[in-house]
Amino acid sequence: MSESRPNNPMSRTSVIDEYFLDHRAKLLDIAAFLDRVDRAPGDAAEDFRMRAFRNALALLDDGSSERARRVLESMSDQTTELIDVAPGKGACGTPPPEGPGA
Amino acid sequence: MSYIDPHIHMVSRTTDDYRRMALSGCVAITEPAFWAGYDRSSPQGFYDYFQQLTHTEPARAAQYGINHHCWLCINPKEAEDPGFAREVMALIPEFLACDTVLGIGEIGLNKNSKNEMAILEEHLAFAQQHDQLVLVHTPHLEDKRKGTFLIMDAIANTTLNPGRVLIDHVEEHTVRDVLDRGFWAGMTLYPETKCTPQRAADIIEMHGTERLWMNSAGDWGDSDPLAVPKAIVEMRRRGHSAETIRQATLENPKTFLGQSPRFKPGDA
Repeated sequence: MSESRPNNPMSRTSVIDEYFLDHRAKLLDIAAFLDRVDRAPGDAAEDFRMRAFRNALALLDDGSSERARRVLESMSDQTTELIDVAPGKGACGTPPPEGPGA
Repeated sequence: MSYIDPHIHMVSRTTDDYRRMALSGCVAITEPAFWAGYDRSSPQGFYDYFQQLTHTEPARAAQYGINHHCWLCINPKEAEDPGFAREVMALIPEFLACDTVLGIGEIGLNKNSKNEMAILEEHLAFAQQHDQLVLVHTPHLEDKRKGTFLIMDAIANTTLNPGRVLIDHVEEHTVRDVLDRGFWAGMTLYPETKCTPQRAADIIEMHGTERLWMNSAGDWGDSDPLAVPKAIVEMRRRGHSAETIRQATLENPKTFLGQSPRFKPGDA
């Protein structure tokens, strides 16, 4: 194995040239999603998923690296014990406030 | 460029997908036993599924020059009823004799429950007893990090060699720990819940190619059986060498899977 950790061969400018428009569009998707949530009628209390979403957004511009890892960790169940019974098969993307077994 | 898709659920895909994969350079695949999108109502349903994995799919793949292999188990999404799960597990020895079966998989956890763990531990004991390779499913989304650590701890309680265990569906928050503990790691290129080809290329740049592969996990849901060749295109676009790309998409699967004498890498 000659290249165990192959650096991205692209320059920073090349990375921006290559990916900026795609991620500009994704940024607008997030902006429009937040506007959509604001426009929708419903309970004023914020959904736990949106709280997690906003917390994760703050990580994107906090000046530290490894944003993807830290966003995933921020939306991960931090408990360590097995739950008694699986409440179903699905996951909702961030831990519910009542705990993982709810 | 030839590649191996080491994790794809072809029972849920059309024959045309085999054709497109072959045209894209796929020479071999491995198909873990998993949830079919619905709960099977009897162990007989799994018997038929195991027949499909060991007989129907290899024949279908062979029409396109792709070598098909499989892994057997009851998946964690259907393991919440231990009695049922054990009835299904009792079917496995009969199929273990088939010459395209590479090992036990994809076992693991889904919601990190006690019953899931009990069945995982029984599968691990079975793999240990029969000297089988192991392919591990890790949970989705918020359950992944916790489940991955619980699974690695469970394996550490056995005598299984981590070098014969692949832990799949790693992401940025689990890949380092999986590799540091000596396991192989799989990145799944899945549109919403796992990695994109871009993030997979990023992970290779951050963590290297050693003991790391990528797969499509194409199945009955929103997924892409051409995800691996799309990741190859992404890596080429960034200027990665053909050697690096080949390592991640062909040589690494050959090395891990080649620990089973039954694995046939195909014309690569």
